[in-house]
Amino acid sequence: MGKETKIKCVVWDLDNTLWHGILAENDTLVLRENVVRVIKILDERGILQSIASRNTHERAMEKVRAFGLEEYFLYPQIHWNSKVTSIEQIAQSLNIGINTFAFVDDQPFERDEVKFSLPEVLCIDALEVDQIPAMSVMNPRFLTSDSRQRRIMYQSDIVRNQVEADFAGPKETFLSTLNMVITIAPAGPEDLQRAEELTVRTNQLNATGYTYSYEELDAFCHSDQHRLLIASLDDKYGTYGKIGLVLLETAAATWTIKLLLMSCRVMSRGVGSILITYIRQEAKKNQVRLLAEFVPTDRNRMMYITYKFAHFREIETDEPGDVTLLENDLSTIPPFPDYIQVNFIGVNSRI
Amino acid sequence: MDTTNKIKSFLTKFVRDADVGDDEDLFATGLVTSLFAMHLVLFLEKEFQVKVDNKDLDFDNFRTINAIVSLIEKKRNSV
Repeated sequence: MGKETKIKCVVWDLDNTLWHGILAENDTLVLRENVVRVIKILDERGILQSIASRNTHERAMEKVRAFGLEEYFLYPQIHWNSKVTSIEQIAQSLNIGINTFAFVDDQPFERDEVKFSLPEVLCIDALEVDQIPAMSVMNPRFLTSDSRQRRIMYQSDIVRNQVEADFAGPKETFLSTLNMVITIAPAGPEDLQRAEELTVRTNQLNATGYTYSYEELDAFCHSDQHRLLIASLDDKYGTYGKIGLVLLETAAATWTIKLLLMSCRVMSRGVGSILITYIRQEAKKNQVRLLAEFVPTDRNRMMYITYKFAHFREIETDEPGDVTLLENDLSTIPPFPDYIQVNFIGVNSRI
Repeated sequence: MDTTNKIKSFLTKFVRDADVGDDEDLFATGLVTSLFAMHLVLFLEKEFQVKVDNKDLDFDNFRTINAIVSLIEKKRNSV
């Protein structure tokens, strides 16, 4: 599609950027004009935000809190180390690419250091804060309900991950404490933007690496040779949003899984196996052959393992390039794991 | 610790009822999550210094503790 890389996270400096004045010098701090408006606009667009500031953490966060802005910042990095380290740390914690970062600071020195060490990061002078919302890289192609909730979803993840790290006992027991509910439904018109976003955003867990545009996905929805399914996941901490997508090609005697993908945030929840189990059940019910395409990348070995452990075997293929074709024997199909509730909305009648 | 016990001790990190027999089907309960499968493969590669190839990723090689043990032995002997 040859498009520019959109910004997914904006990292703010504090002194003389977020506010006028220097905290460590006991200045009277006043928020920069319009900065709250800009922060809220970015937040609504699903652009995450954080802080890289040379200050004492406790003291600075107290000010941020007093200004009522604490909730907008994920993994704030406030210490005396370099901002390059801070941005790298934030990128790692959020698990998103450094090339999707922007950094706002009033000091040319700080911007230059970031530009030098992390040339992919977009550096913005604090004087240009007003222009941020209009920048094209700050305007995602689509605004979906998931993008509006993105920051809250990350915040629930922070809580979950903490609880998980502190949990002593088998993984399975931990999962059963989450009260997870997965909902599988045919993708409707309102899901297509998110579906496109998923194919573009989450290539690390895409079994074929195929990406589809909105228009292509829309065509699949209207095709009687295809089924496009979308899965969402919720638990007691909140929603993970729409996190999984399956494209099935449904010819008369053979079904082929063209696309199986899921957001990397749910990698540890067994969602891939559940989607595959569901498709196997349906294929068996409809008495069709079940095939799956797989294109190995350096990141999707887990998908291959998931397929193989779900009774898929490689078969000979005339497919061009690196496409591996797998066939399922539809023999033993396990029940859904008991740590998760599986709901279907309007799928049985359509498949 | 021998191979069997190392695998068993790994299982206890994931499975609630990890006290399974050496020939009991590990996956009969629907336990096979993507995560478990991936962790199991990574654990075996690291712990026993073997490379699990795509052709080894056959369900039958992982169905029981005994099956896993014999896969590991086969891999070690072929080095």
